[in-house]
Amino acid sequence: MRAETFRGYRRPDGRVGVRNHVVILPVDDISNAAAEAVGRVIHGVLPLPHAYGRLQFGEDLELFFRTMIGTGANPNVAACVVIGIEPNWTRRIAEGIARTGKPVEAFWIEGHGDLRTIERASRAAQRFLQQASELVREPCHVRELYVSAKCGESDTTTGLASCPAVGEVFDHLDSLGATMSFGETSELTGAEEICASRAATPEVAQEFLRLFRAYNDFILSHGVDLLGSQPTEGNIRGGLTTIEEKALGNLQKIGRRCRFVGCLKPAESPRGPGLWFMDTSSAAAEAVTLWAASGAVVHLFPTGQGNTIGNPIVPVIKITGNPVTARNMSEHIDVDVSGLLQREYTLEEAGDRVWEMMIRVCDGRLTCAETLGHREFVLTRLYPSA
Amino acid sequence: MIHFVVHGRSDTVGVIVTEQVAPGERLSGWNLETGESLEAVAAQSIPLGHKIALRRIAPGEAVIKYNVPIGKATCEIAPGEHVHTHNLRSARW
Repeated sequence: MRAETFRGYRRPDGRVGVRNHVVILPVDDISNAAAEAVGRVIHGVLPLPHAYGRLQFGEDLELFFRTMIGTGANPNVAACVVIGIEPNWTRRIAEGIARTGKPVEAFWIEGHGDLRTIERASRAAQRFLQQASELVREPCHVRELYVSAKCGESDTTTGLASCPAVGEVFDHLDSLGATMSFGETSELTGAEEICASRAATPEVAQEFLRLFRAYNDFILSHGVDLLGSQPTEGNIRGGLTTIEEKALGNLQKIGRRCRFVGCLKPAESPRGPGLWFMDTSSAAAEAVTLWAASGAVVHLFPTGQGNTIGNPIVPVIKITGNPVTARNMSEHIDVDVSGLLQREYTLEEAGDRVWEMMIRVCDGRLTCAETLGHREFVLTRLYPSA
Repeated sequence: MIHFVVHGRSDTVGVIVTEQVAPGERLSGWNLETGESLEAVAAQSIPLGHKIALRRIAPGEAVIKYNVPIGKATCEIAPGEHVHTHNLRSARW
């Protein structure tokens, strides 16, 4: 009974998007002013200001480029204007995005100043926006979707209802040949062996455990632990006591049958269909930004106590099993599955509810986070700038 | 009205799913894994989402949820008592 088709935007590289944004992408912190100015001149484009992009180096710089290029390349983006302070990094990002075949133009401020750059970039943005406004949605199959999932402000109802409901959806998407991803490395502590047992091959399990242990070693190398951060104060208020308990609830999102076929670096794109583990932070805005940069076009977000997160280019669908949150924070909740706890319906039917909303959002329905203007674009950093 | 839900057949705690239960209140619950209906008596008031002990748990004993340990009891816990940070601690950090 679950619908298997929706109407999406097919991009020149063959991937399918569910939104049609024209993005104004600043390369660095000092180009935010020009990018935001273009957003005020041309109505309907989406500037994505952020805090970084200067004097990064090594693996951290590689992650920065992967995140920037991936964001512009995401199928939810129809076209992209890139603005940086100097030509080299600006061109590198624009050329990376242009490999998708979508319209991209690059502008740099040195030698021109903000005002002339804003004018030239605004003319490109206007042209792209008018072109994008003529693109039409066409029938697409759910196997063409790339869906990510992570939970936030979790409580015990997350592990009982909203995460298992998302797990139902992931099992079904997997059976149809779609692409899915989960992550939250620190938040698998206590469930890492169970998670490893869900890998498709022993090699993938070993790679997952290597990433998991590397993260734990990183924490220990600072002479600290995550007591006080994992679980968070909100988690504890909601009844979660230990990281093990939180992790076991978290892992319900990957369903009961599907197995993960590989591990991804932060913001790295899946190399084929199926479920992928991504090595991400457990902080909501950072993690969803990484999945958006890896090409995910819709995100399923179970919440217990009521996380408000959104993303500028990817619709974030909030699902709760907490009846009090569903009532008191209703403007943030797209799907209420709290009836599952009262046995008003089965887990499969809770999955139906999430599935139906996912299809409606892919068809163009705005999520709660989109209507409330939640556009959290937060870059992950691996270490400080030079 | 269902007051509490239990994840696995060998769990020693359940989760309160009504807004608050009062001391002495008789509670109805169910087990997600077996589908079986359960009963318990609250020894204390326990808020929504917080855990209730389904049997006596000894100091240092692993507390079981999802059929696996989620930490260790830091003191004795009587059946029907609230289980949280005051009597349960992670075995990891």
